[in-house]
Amino acid sequence: MIRLVFTIIAGVLLGGIVHLVSVLVLPRIATEDAYSRLTPITKLNAVTQLAPADPTNALMPYMDPAFAVAICRYDLSGGALKLKVPVSQAYTSVSFYTRNELAYYAINDRSAGKKVIELDLMTEAQHNDLPEDEDVTAADRLIIDSPTATGLIVMKALAAEPGLMPQAQASLAASSCNVQTEMPAKQAEAPQARR
Amino acid sequence: MRLILITLLALLIATAVGIGATWMTTTRGTELGTLTIGAWTARPRTGTSDVDPYSRATITRNGELPIGTGDGVAFAAARDDGKKPLDGRCDVVVSGVTPAARFWTLTLYDRKGHLVANSLQRFGFTSQEIVRGADGAFEIRIASRSRSGNWLPTGGIERYELMLRLYDTPVGVATRTQRDAPMPAVATVGCP
Repeated sequence: MIRLVFTIIAGVLLGGIVHLVSVLVLPRIATEDAYSRLTPITKLNAVTQLAPADPTNALMPYMDPAFAVAICRYDLSGGALKLKVPVSQAYTSVSFYTRNELAYYAINDRSAGKKVIELDLMTEAQHNDLPEDEDVTAADRLIIDSPTATGLIVMKALAAEPGLMPQAQASLAASSCNVQTEMPAKQAEAPQARR
Repeated sequence: MRLILITLLALLIATAVGIGATWMTTTRGTELGTLTIGAWTARPRTGTSDVDPYSRATITRNGELPIGTGDGVAFAAARDDGKKPLDGRCDVVVSGVTPAARFWTLTLYDRKGHLVANSLQRFGFTSQEIVRGADGAFEIRIASRSRSGNWLPTGGIERYELMLRLYDTPVGVATRTQRDAPMPAVATVGCP
């Protein structure tokens, strides 16, 4: 009898460990996560617009139907990424997610303070390799460190009324995200090219 | 022989308890890091790097993309102010004011997070579309049949969830009470 009670207690204690481990491991092994769902329909290191959320296309749960959404699925192993998103009439935001949907950074049009949200996305190692040039660290050059080499950039433009949806989509269509191949040359000319 | 049986039993209990607890917490959610104001619950930390492990597991399991903190915050309500589950066959009124934000949207989802089909193609309201009273307060009527004013159709589904998203807002991790963030009231006013 005592042995049985002991077995049950041991089982429950072990179960606690199983629970903690499974919760911690789940983000890594989930196969139906947003990144996996977006992989077949998005291009790597390019902007793909998503169809507006409606009941028939439930790609991801809890999408806001008032927004036009575009995705840039990135892989930084080939070099840093340059992102340009023109600001729409109402409200524009750019959110960054790691491969496991950790929202590590988000910015909106007002905090960007310009007509075009311009960002450089790179891994920490690539950031450290940047030349220690004062022009490069100029305040208007926004550099984001990605914790992982792959991930998602989600660009959203608000259509304040349903009729404004085409406009919001058009402003997102003008956005771009490309890998910068010759990094040092680009950096040398970038500060002069700015207003 | 007996030792093997007992070990097997212990392992079996461990698996059941462990996986069961994980399933429960990722489907129902935990109280970790939640901000509850009236009927509304938000998890401001899901939009930051220091999200708790339970929310992370839930997010990846359901395939969601949480709203980033620099973007906004999302409040969900599955029950009204009287703790009654929101019923799509009843009339529910969402009224009052919202916290300071540049824009907000109110959206109706089924319990799986999908939009609900309706003939009007209306899935929610934005702060720009809403008809307000002279004092700036608004009233949204959520019902299966058409109503005057701001009508949000439910499609007659039994259970639904409302999500109020505030964009470009000071509401977030530091928010604690109704005084920082005055949320609209949710009331069931009549059931057929």
